[in-house]
Amino acid sequence: MKIDKTSLFTDEVRAEIDKHIAKYPADWKQSACMPALTAVQEMNGGWLTRELMDQVAAYLDMPAIAVYEVATFYSMYEHKEVGRHKICLCTNISCMVNNSDSILDHLNKRLGISFGEVTKDGKFSIKEVECLGACGGAPMMQIGDHYYENLTTEKIDSILEGLE
Amino acid sequence: MANEVCFRTLHRDAPWTIEQYRQEGGYKVLEKILREKTSPDEIIEAVKLSGLRGRGGAGFPTGLKWSFINRTTPVEKYVVCNSDEGEPGTFKDRDILRYNPHQLIEGMIICGYVIGGTAGYNYIRGEFREPYFRFEAALEEARAAGYLGKNVLGSGFDFDIHSHLGGGAYICGEETALLESIEGKKGQPRFKPPFPAMFGLFGKPTVINNTESFASIPVILDKGGQWFADLGVPNSGGSKLFSISGNVNRPGNYEIPMGTPFRDLLELAGGMKDGRTMKAVIPGGSSSPVIPGEQMMELNMDYDSIASADSMLGSGAVIVMDDTNCMVKVLDRISYFYYEESCGQCTPCREGTGWMHRVIHRIENGQGRQEDLDLLDDVAAKIAGRTICALGDAAAMPVAGFLKHYRDEFQFHIDHGKCMV
Repeated sequence: MKIDKTSLFTDEVRAEIDKHIAKYPADWKQSACMPALTAVQEMNGGWLTRELMDQVAAYLDMPAIAVYEVATFYSMYEHKEVGRHKICLCTNISCMVNNSDSILDHLNKRLGISFGEVTKDGKFSIKEVECLGACGGAPMMQIGDHYYENLTTEKIDSILEGLE
Repeated sequence: MANEVCFRTLHRDAPWTIEQYRQEGGYKVLEKILREKTSPDEIIEAVKLSGLRGRGGAGFPTGLKWSFINRTTPVEKYVVCNSDEGEPGTFKDRDILRYNPHQLIEGMIICGYVIGGTAGYNYIRGEFREPYFRFEAALEEARAAGYLGKNVLGSGFDFDIHSHLGGGAYICGEETALLESIEGKKGQPRFKPPFPAMFGLFGKPTVINNTESFASIPVILDKGGQWFADLGVPNSGGSKLFSISGNVNRPGNYEIPMGTPFRDLLELAGGMKDGRTMKAVIPGGSSSPVIPGEQMMELNMDYDSIASADSMLGSGAVIVMDDTNCMVKVLDRISYFYYEESCGQCTPCREGTGWMHRVIHRIENGQGRQEDLDLLDDVAAKIAGRTICALGDAAAMPVAGFLKHYRDEFQFHIDHGKCMV
């Protein structure tokens, strides 16, 4: 089946993917697979569907299975709905020895959800992540593009209250 | 004697701008090389003389690595930077990307010139969105100033750099997994040989170095290989960024000479938090075997000194733990990390990391069995050296290290079903 590529995604997402394709040799379009999945996931509210992965495959002339492999290998691609704000909390050593357990407790209590769950209003989800490379600011978490460091329960409250 | 290399511009208010970088002498070395058409061999000799060893953790001599590329072969050659910083405890490359991106760019361009490459890729871990935007902005500035693109500074040399964001996978810090990842695949390491110098990115000759390694190059070439070597100690040339975290008062990155006594680094980091006693130190990222506090106080921050305690300097990520920490719980977390991050390609690592984690986890939860400690030693020994890449070793080494130094704590958990701390 011949797919009209201009019917896929949005103009902005296609432009974003094309920008990445241009970085690689002409016969290595599949190098843009990861940035394409990232852009498409963002467009879809933070998670991927089978249909979207198929569309990425079609857009990059890749076998669908090759895209599924990538999308399921890397931890930042989501395969079920996440909150509008995905809270990624590090629990690795430096954060752990700086009490990330108590940060997690606080998030659990305040939001009423555990790792992998979404609040009923769809606003927040929490994900346990491996070391994010900001151990000097432990304990830390990431929401969206931003790293929040040297967390305390009070700081968490003000961060969450500040999010739309 | 601090902040002389990668952090030389850190005292400025906006060191990430091309303007301030140039005011600190930035791009001067590249301009000179292109103007004088310095011979690539001369540059390689200076890098060799400097004693610079790969700052990502493996410590391979950078100049030697560059010399492996045959620049006369008429094929595309690539420069790849490994900014997939993910070894727990390590957070130095993030600061280079955020505060001194131009020095990294200058180092990569110089490498491109040396090997006759035409393109470079900087693989930045996917979570580093803010550093990525900072690096991208720096690339734009460098292009506008003529340092990147066709005919760099009118020299006839073409070179451009692109960044590639990862997707969340520790294994992509392994160089061949990283290359696979840029090629749009799962990040599973390749068999070596062939090494990247022969068969690298897109199957072409490739130099791949860590962020800090590339960023050290402009200063090494400016001040000379001997100057850099003399900063450090024999076999550990130069200064290095040490990321210190854990139970210290001022965690952070400190750029200090190799061979600096650990006790001085600890002092820079403000000493132990709440005046507590230091119990243990992981000296070079989570895969380096733990060292008891009192032993660590006698060691220096260089490859040989840390190796004398049967551990590794690794990426220079120092995790300091006080006497409130249970070593079983710490190893439980470390072993979970390697289980979670094993790429699944080799059976000993895929199965062994899960096995070790389950056994440690049951000890931590008071369900350990008498035979578990011997079992752990056995499983760890059977993973090490039996996998394609070093992740298997990285998972096995901490287990062996914690059991060697803190066996009594593990035994107490097994005997009493609870922690002695």
